[in-house]
Order: sequence, then structure tokens, then C-alpha cells
Amino acid sequence: MKRNSWSDYQKQIADDKYYYARSCIRQNFFPGSEKAMLDMLRNDLGRDIFDDPLHTSCTGIGYHSDIVPLETIMTVVARQFALMHEAGYEHFISSCITSFGVYTEVLATWAEFPETEERTREYLYKATGRELHKPASLAHTSDVVFHHREEIAAKARFRLVNAQTGEPLRVVEHIGCHYAKIFPKSGIGGSEFPYVLAGMVEAWGGECVDYPERRHCCGFGFRNYLVQANRGYSIANSHKKLESMAPYKPDFIVANCPGCAMFLDKWQYAIAEMEGTTYGQNGRGIPVLTYEEMAGLVLGYDPWELGMQMHQVDVEPLLDKMGVAYDPAAKYLGRNGKYIGKPDSAVVNCSAQDTIYDMKR
Amino acid sequence: MKRVIVIGGGVAGMQAALRLAEEGCSPLIVEKEPELGGKLRGWHVLFPSFTPAAEVLGELKSRVVRSGIEVLLSAEVAAVGSRSVTLADGRRLECDAVVVCSGFELFDATVKEEYGYGIYDNVITSADLERMFDEGRVAKADGSRPSRIAFLHCVGSRDEKVCQQHCSRVCCITGVKQAMEMKRLFPEADVFNFYMDIRMFGPGYEEMYREAQQKYNVHFVRGRISEAAPTIDGRVQIKAEDTLTGRPLRMSVDMLVLLVGMRAGATNAAFEASAGLRRAPSGFMAPRDLFLGGTASPVEGIFYAGTVTAPKNVGETICEGIAAADAAAAYVKNS
Repeated sequence: MKRNSWSDYQKQIADDKYYYARSCIRQNFFPGSEKAMLDMLRNDLGRDIFDDPLHTSCTGIGYHSDIVPLETIMTVVARQFALMHEAGYEHFISSCITSFGVYTEVLATWAEFPETEERTREYLYKATGRELHKPASLAHTSDVVFHHREEIAAKARFRLVNAQTGEPLRVVEHIGCHYAKIFPKSGIGGSEFPYVLAGMVEAWGGECVDYPERRHCCGFGFRNYLVQANRGYSIANSHKKLESMAPYKPDFIVANCPGCAMFLDKWQYAIAEMEGTTYGQNGRGIPVLTYEEMAGLVLGYDPWELGMQMHQVDVEPLLDKMGVAYDPAAKYLGRNGKYIGKPDSAVVNCSAQDTIYDMKR
Repeated sequence: MKRVIVIGGGVAGMQAALRLAEEGCSPLIVEKEPELGGKLRGWHVLFPSFTPAAEVLGELKSRVVRSGIEVLLSAEVAAVGSRSVTLADGRRLECDAVVVCSGFELFDATVKEEYGYGIYDNVITSADLERMFDEGRVAKADGSRPSRIAFLHCVGSRDEKVCQQHCSRVCCITGVKQAMEMKRLFPEADVFNFYMDIRMFGPGYEEMYREAQQKYNVHFVRGRISEAAPTIDGRVQIKAEDTLTGRPLRMSVDMLVLLVGMRAGATNAAFEASAGLRRAPSGFMAPRDLFLGGTASPVEGIFYAGTVTAPKNVGETICEGIAAADAAAAYVKNS
């Protein structure tokens, strides 16, 4: 793709001393990703990143579900910023795309309507006794990895290249809607041709595929999923994207949103069960990675340390392509070596120890 | 003889200079490009008569030459006053009056990123297509014949998101004209025009719109395209809503033509600042009075003709050249 506009959309991304705000849901879906982010920043890149146990949910899911009012979420956001200041940091980074969208929206609202900022200051002080200090910079954690992509490339143990053929891996990059669709200038590359993940993929040897439904939402959409009766909308969106990308034969999907990575991964199992359709060159699904997992693999992290055994679609075919060594027997052993259980066999679980599920039988 | 500087050597500027010469003035055309003609250069045919643009331009240019009108090419104007014009290279040209015919800018379609202009090979603008018509080679990027073509109206017009709230007026009829030309070249092709309103304001325009539907079977869909994306076989997938049926639609086309609008001239702000002129909210220059002083500026001795004040078609632009020249000639005679 002749991407030529991404350089028009730049923003300040701090180089060091980050205050890290975690995601509510990523710990469940991709439990190794946030730890990998902390490890990479601290151990591989030598940066200071503060993981504050005092911070809370941003309440974004409640906000977008019309449960949490605007004034409340503004006060919660103000408290996070106050905590950052109290900890001695001024560069706020968010692990969750929805949170990033919330923080961006709240800062923009305060800038546009200063009276709302003043009211929020009052609410925060009355509720917690804390003072609001706005961050010097706000970035999503994928922005931070993008910022350090060349440094990571210099330390790479594996590249996004087929180890057998030497060909670049074909990657579908999926950007969460709340990254730049609300505020295009808040994202690297804007909303139409975002470059935040594509920049990492290209820096690490892969190539991105552009397909007709590239910009389409994964289908999470809060109400689409939180209201059980609406879940058909959710899977229909993922189905549309998977059908659209399949002819391009991607080696894997990478996403920068907790919900997108989860739905594009897990709905592949549901679609296989419902329609007998599987995607991917081997008919066993297209692996879906978080950007931390992608960076972790490049840096030589053990895939099971990255939590990749928790994926619905098995990642072993991708690891084999990249030439990443892994221990199949250790896949379902937890951090203390204790067996954590494994999923039932299904068509999207194709590792050697599994019996392939035949849904036609 | 009274010296009148005409800024811009497009159709308005050439016609204004010709009229000034007829009135006994000494006009000087200052043109920033290396040749006369303005935006009409490279245009193929004009609506609604399919008159070759070269015919109109050629006639005006030869009359300028025959009249011995002085022309200064490759000269950009940096500042304007009622008694002088300052060029970008610092030269100052004295005069008795100025007629500003500096025209418009074409909207840069890359700003509407969702359509992928400059990224996807078969997404082109109406200006690109006109150039292709003029060069006699209309084809997809791979040289093959298009079998399905979509035109999108109002790209950079009536669009608050890109700060272009005005209607560019001529794009609707340009879309109709170009759709008919495509059907003439590719009779087997399906041609779709996606619009939000069709504004057929000129003589013969409505008839042409009807003819496009009845005789050429051009399909008009009331709805804007939301995004364009590539398909694996090199086509362009578009998404739109047909607002008359209330249904979303998705289709693949071989070519997507963006009917780009007219933006205010890039030099308008500098002219406003240097001469104390006024610009409308659209960025086009505001005439002294919309009814009784359409070719006059608020500053004595500075006049306007053509699209420097608003989007206009070629006929209106040429008429304004005459009107502005008459006003300027009367001014210099009385001053």
C-alpha cells in the first residue's frame, strides 16, 4: 500500500518515564501482554515505567454503555491524572484503547469547555482531597512500542519473516476504533491509514495487507456484545472482516485493542462451529496477536511466557514459520509449572497434542 | 494611456484585458504560470455543449496576441494595491487600476483520506479524468477498459469536515458531462453518480441531466460514498447509503472519480491583507455589493472578475471579465 499520509499525523510520544494505566479486560484475555510491556520497557529498553496499584478502571465500558455519567468518568480520569502527578510522572500511557479514547475525549472536552474542567477539579477535591494535574503527554501503549520500534528491531532475535522461505510475513493490522476514529489526530497516521501497528510490522520485517474491510470495526461495539441479544451483530462484523481478509492469506492478525484481539480470535472458533468455515492457510484459523506479543516474539520471549497458550486460535503454525523454538509440553503449564488445564479440541486448535475437531462428524 | 494590471491570465483575465484594450486602456496581464489559460488548460470539453475547451482558450489567446496586449508570465503577485502591484520577486508595477482575476484552487482530494486518492491507483479526480480525455487515453491504471465506473459528487464542497461549506456549483454538471463521455467511450460500462443533491442551475443543464439518464443510462444514486478500499483484483470497493431506498450498499468499481470542488484562491489572504480587501467566510473575495457592485471591491480602483469571488462556470467568468473591465475603464477615465 502506498501509505503516504501517516507522517502528517504525528504526536508527542515521550521517550521515558511513563505512568502506566492498565486495561480492565486484557488481563483476562491476553494475560501476558501487559507484563510483557512492563518487562520490555524496563529490561530490554531500560526505560522507567510505573505500574501503579492505586489506579482504577477508567469506567469507559460503563460510560459507553450509558451507565456511567460524563461527570463521573471525568472525575475518575482526573483521579488517575492526580495519581500520576503524586507518583512523580507526567507522561500518561494507557494499555486499553477504550481508555485511551476516554482520556483523549476528556482532555479535549476540558480544552473546549474549560468550565467542565473546573467542575471536575471541584468534584475530585471534594471526593478524594486530590488535585488535578493534567499530563504533559498522553499516548496509547502501542504508540510507545511504535516509538521504540527501531530500538526493538536492533535487539530482535526473530523477524517477521518466514524462516523457511525468507519472505516477509503477511500481516493484517487492526486498529481499535477508539484509537483514532473519534479524534483522528490522536493516532499515528490518523484514522484512515493508521501507521501505529504497520510501522512496527514494517520495522520488524513483515508486510501489511490492505483488504476491503480493513477499516471495519471488529464488532465488539459494547452494546453489540454486552447486550446478549445483540451478539449476532458482533460476530457478523468479525465474520465480514475475516471473509474479506482471507483471500490475502495473512499469516497473522495483530491488534492494538483488547476487545478487537479477543473477538477476532475467539469468534473464529464460533464461526467454525456455526458455519464450518475456518480461515487461515492451513484451515486452522488465523492467529491473532497483541502488539506486545508480536514485539515479545521479535525480542525472543518464550511464547508461553507471553501467555499465547490462552489464544483460541493456536499460534504454533506462526511460531514454526518464524522459527521460534517452543516447548509443546510446557504450553499448559503455568508460571509455577502447575498444569492450568487446556481447551477441548477444536478445529482452530491444531497443535500436535490435540485431536483435530471434525465438525462434520 | 491608462495602465490597468490584470492579475491572472485565465479566461477571466484574458477577456478583461481584451475589453480594457477595446476601451482604450493599456492592460498588462500578470500570470504566475509560464503560459496563459489558467485552470482551463488541459480541460477537454465544456458543458453543456461539449465545446472543446481548446477552442475557447485558443480564440481568447489569439485575440490577446492580435491585440498586442502586454503579458508578464511566470510572475507571481505578492501584494496588491489600487495603484500598484508587487511581485513575489520584489518588483513593483505601477498602474491606475487593478482587475483581480486570480481564480480558484482545486480541492486537494488527498484531504478526504477515506477515498484513498493518491494511494489507490484507480481513484482519480475529475481533473485527472479531464486530462485523460484530453490526452485521448482513458483506462484503468493497468491499461484495461473499465466496466464499472463511479463518480462521487461534492468532494471538497458542502463539507464542514474539510471547512468547505460552499457549493462549487459546476461539479454536478461536470459529473453528468463526464459520465456521458465515459458512456460514449465505454458503452458497455455501468456508470454510477453518487450525489447528495443535483444542482442543475445553468441553461441546458437539466436537459443534459435527463439525457444522461434516459439516453445514456447513467445511474444516479442519492447518497455519499463513505469509504473506498482496494480489492484483491485491483478494483475499488465503495460503501454508500442509497438514501432514497434507505439501504446501505457496497459495490466494487473499476474507477472511482472524485468530483473535486473549487476552493478559494491561495493568494486571497495576501491580497486581503495588502489592500484592505474583504473575504467571505468561504475564503473567496467579497465584492463591494452582491447586486450592484459584483465586480467592484471595497477599495477604489480594485476590481474582480471570475472565480476569485465565487465558483462560476466558464461563460459567467468570461462575462464578468467584460463587466469588470468596463467598470475599471470607467474608473480610470474618471480618476
